[in-house]
Amino acid sequence: MIRFDNVGLRYGTGPEILRDINFEVGPKSFQFLTGPSGAGKTSLIRLFFLSLKPSRGLITVFGRDAATLSRNDLPEVRRRIGVVFQDFRLLDHLTTFENIALPLRVLGQEETSYRADVIELLRWVGLGDRMHAFPPVLSGGEKQRAAIARALIGKPEILLADEPTGNVDPPLARRLMRLFVELNRLGTSVVIATHDINLMNQFNARRLVLEEGRLTVYD
Amino acid sequence: MTDADLAHRLQAAAHRRQTRQAIRRAGQLVPEGTISGNALVAVVAIMSFLACLTLGAVTLVRDASRDWQSDILREITIQVRPTEGVDLAAEAERAATIASQAPGVASAEVLDDKANARLLEPWLGTGLDLADLPIPRLIVVHLGDPSGVDLAALENRLRTQVHGATLDDHRSWTSRLQTMANATVLVGVAILVLVFVATVLSVIFATRGAMTSNRDVVSVLHFVGAEDGYIAREFQRHFLLLGLKGGLAGAGAACLLFALISFVIGPSVGGADGDQFTALFGRFSIGPVGYFGALAIAFLIAVMTAVTSRLTVYGYLADTD
Repeated sequence: MIRFDNVGLRYGTGPEILRDINFEVGPKSFQFLTGPSGAGKTSLIRLFFLSLKPSRGLITVFGRDAATLSRNDLPEVRRRIGVVFQDFRLLDHLTTFENIALPLRVLGQEETSYRADVIELLRWVGLGDRMHAFPPVLSGGEKQRAAIARALIGKPEILLADEPTGNVDPPLARRLMRLFVELNRLGTSVVIATHDINLMNQFNARRLVLEEGRLTVYD
Repeated sequence: MTDADLAHRLQAAAHRRQTRQAIRRAGQLVPEGTISGNALVAVVAIMSFLACLTLGAVTLVRDASRDWQSDILREITIQVRPTEGVDLAAEAERAATIASQAPGVASAEVLDDKANARLLEPWLGTGLDLADLPIPRLIVVHLGDPSGVDLAALENRLRTQVHGATLDDHRSWTSRLQTMANATVLVGVAILVLVFVATVLSVIFATRGAMTSNRDVVSVLHFVGAEDGYIAREFQRHFLLLGLKGGLAGAGAACLLFALISFVIGPSVGGADGDQFTALFGRFSIGPVGYFGALAIAFLIAVMTAVTSRLTVYGYLADTD
């Protein structure tokens, strides 16, 4: 679904922070992306959802060369990828319900057509009673779950999650992980960036280890 | 009213306020507070006011000029200068007869001594005996159909058949008035263009400011799959409303001013100075063209504001890609 061939990335004229990255995220696959802080995980995630362009190499997204995608093609590709950011990126002036419904709203859908789905998803992630709250009054864990729900509402083919358990306590982290596994079981490919070794050890999944800009894949 | 009732009412009011806020917020992806709305409404209102004033002034001058030209074109003057040994009154009558027989002429009237004395009164004072002075006689000729009159032929007949007769068709005046009116209209159009350009520039700055304040919102909208057109529409909706508010406020103020001026100046037009004022500016009535024009300017400015913000958003998104 997403394939990297000899991809390299540098910011401006600085040193190359990602070098010769080769791997593929297949359909219905589940993998952890790990590595020490500053290894380039977030940059790699940004390459995934086309927020950055590689300095070299080839990225193929859903069978299309990312370099040939025009500006007008990007929204359609991004709708097939759900992203959970480390800093959540919820819009503070919208309620939890409105934040989660955002991917459907930008498609021009009427609220009546998605209201039931959003409420069901809110309940699934345990935010059923917080749907009218605004993000500034949500706890870290609630924001995390709201961000995950927003990434899932559009039924993406791939879910990218950057440190999704970084702001929650261990029981909630395990609950969120079970949510990702359930999602994967339903057919979504999942890539989770984390440096929590204990968490990874609880799941028998493929590991993409990023170190000093190079990626090693452990199947 | 008991304390319980009061508390209940306050609670209900707070609930209604919250509901209203929730409804208002539900439609807005771009938070209202991040756009310098009041400042932009004020700028657009001022621009709209100036544009409407300019339009009103241009309408006034154009209408007055059309009236002057129409009056002047419908009237010509024959002057018969006194000549030694010639009966001036008889010559003047002959000139009037010749003129009234010309095709396209409605009437020709010799100004009598009283009318001549009134014309000369500002320079020579009252109680004047015109018989003592070599004053030319004037014949005022009213044209029924200005385009059907052969002025050259009439002038030729007068010159050959009446001693000391000359024809003044006011052509030089008409041409000067037309030049002045056209220049005024051109200046007005130039001012309108400048006002519109200034409005567009203000909107560009305000939109860019709003985009910068909402960089996070734009970024989130992008990664959830929003198209540029969707983002541009969200901003355009805000700016259309701001433009409408400002445009209507400015146009409304201008219309009020027009009405006030015609109310204050209108009644005084009948006075001594009024004749000169009326001659120059008519009744100082802006008329429906001015009022509808002001309304049109308000909507034009609102549409310009919306379109400018939309294009600016597209440009900004392309730059930040």
